[in-house]
Amino acid sequence: MKKIFFALVLSIFTLQNAYGLITVDITRGNLDPLPIAVSPLHVDSKSEKIPSFETSTLGEEISKIVEKNFKSTGLFNPLKKDSFVQKPDIAHLKPRFEDWRLIKAQALVTGKLLIIDKKLKVEFRLWDLTAAKEMIALSFTTTPNNWRRVAHIISDKIYERLTGETGYFDTRIAYVSETGPKNRRVKKLALMDQDGFNTKYLTLGNELVLTPRFNPTNQLVTYLSYFKNMPRVYLLDIETGVQEVVGNFPGMTFAPRFSPDGKKIIMSFAKDGNSDIYSMDLETRVVEQITKHPSIDTSPSYSPDGKYITFNSDRSGLQQIYVMRSDGTQVKRITHGSGLYGTPVWSPRGDLIAFTKVRKGRFYIGVMRSDGTGERLLTENFYQEAPSWSPNGRVLIFYRETKSDSKGKGFSAKLWSIDITGYNERRLKTETDASDPSWSSLLSN
Amino acid sequence: MKFNKAIKNLFIVLFSTLLISACSTAKKATVDTVDDVYTGTDTVEFLAKGVPDRIFFATNKSKLTTASRDTLRKQATWMRKNKDVTVTVEGHADERGTREYNLALGERRANAAKDYLMTYGVSGKRISVISYGKERPVNPASSPLAWSQNRRSVTVKAN
Repeated sequence: MKKIFFALVLSIFTLQNAYGLITVDITRGNLDPLPIAVSPLHVDSKSEKIPSFETSTLGEEISKIVEKNFKSTGLFNPLKKDSFVQKPDIAHLKPRFEDWRLIKAQALVTGKLLIIDKKLKVEFRLWDLTAAKEMIALSFTTTPNNWRRVAHIISDKIYERLTGETGYFDTRIAYVSETGPKNRRVKKLALMDQDGFNTKYLTLGNELVLTPRFNPTNQLVTYLSYFKNMPRVYLLDIETGVQEVVGNFPGMTFAPRFSPDGKKIIMSFAKDGNSDIYSMDLETRVVEQITKHPSIDTSPSYSPDGKYITFNSDRSGLQQIYVMRSDGTQVKRITHGSGLYGTPVWSPRGDLIAFTKVRKGRFYIGVMRSDGTGERLLTENFYQEAPSWSPNGRVLIFYRETKSDSKGKGFSAKLWSIDITGYNERRLKTETDASDPSWSSLLSN
Repeated sequence: MKFNKAIKNLFIVLFSTLLISACSTAKKATVDTVDDVYTGTDTVEFLAKGVPDRIFFATNKSKLTTASRDTLRKQATWMRKNKDVTVTVEGHADERGTREYNLALGERRANAAKDYLMTYGVSGKRISVISYGKERPVNPASSPLAWSQNRRSVTVKAN
């Protein structure tokens, strides 16, 4: 994939003081979504024509993406455009607040764009309609092909201004694309924008691939490949497509994840029927054994400060979740509830660990504090697992499989997301069946 | 009248056949697992005459049952007789566990089989192992029977 050049020139030309302005409380779920009007961005008539690119509707398209992003949070209620009362260019200059209040909007997004010298220049504003104030005004310049990302960045800036938390729209999902019958699944590494667009396949499906995970800068993916029928952890450079095996282990390596600084990969290595956790420094290639126990130790995940590792072990007889220092000392079991626990993943905020729980034949996605207290089960189903955090630690993405009949029919694997409030469960559209999602960090920072 | 009687008899025969077959399928579903381990023969293939290729496990377990040990001893005897044969033991799990744990579990199951073959005189150099976790079910259904058939290790010829 081509390196994405994104010159983001954010110039804040007014910065309002914050008192009395609207805010969205994201801690309580979607009980009262904020009515917001997203005016189509005005397209400057001086805009250049670009071959195979529809300029005239670009402002409309960008506003649609922003609306869809807002709607997906469950926190906002984007209002229908046919009730809009002002033309986009005039509204962008100075909205008639009372007119917008009439349609029950509390916030308004306006903007304009211009394509000049093969560059897309966008500016947008967020208005508090109740206080009759501008809350944010930003402009940036990029290549026209990046127009979808423009919409995602606008969404992130507005989300951030209204909720006080960083957004998660200008992000990607790496996942495993699945096709074919259940007993002969063809699996490929795939990549898409957070909203399901721009899907790219990174492998051809010739060998089984599983569990892709991004590095912190989103340029690399580590994953398990059965290349030449030798299941090993691999590293893939998304831009160049270059793949390499991680380390020369005399047996299966699996369950890889990057350390928060991106310098190491932590994974399981299975030898003679025993899986332990190892790390490998990607620069020095030094391998370190972290757990040494005659039971299964797998699914390791670092805390965001890199000081701790949470993992999954059956050393107690059943699959449970543990936390240890990253050198392997001070191992402590943190789950004690009834049922099995797997796939612990540390939140990017550091406060919570997400997990899969299996109890009485049902599968749950849940969160708990990193000492195991405060367990909350967010969603229950026939089969679901492998949560991955949104970069702001507010949303989890995971995959869900359906039951199949005696011939294997009825089987499907889909990506789903849910807020850690337990609200706003929704399915993510993918071109094919999908599993093992990994959420990137924000692409533009 | 005679004709009628013949038809009647035929019906009785048909009906009882149906009954018997209904009984046998019902029986099969319950008898085919003992202590959560599949004991049937539906999915089993053979490495050679009288040498079954696979053994079955209880949920989340890799302990060998008496029947599994019996099968593995047959495999070991056959391998000792056929000295040029090398094998791969494939370890599998059912779909009711998390993917990564199942990969480890499949590896543990395959090694349990490998260790037993070695105990009965087969060189470890002739046996490689691979785990497929839950990725290669032999029975694609979502039912306790299918899951018991999928919790398996299969010895396959590698050369």
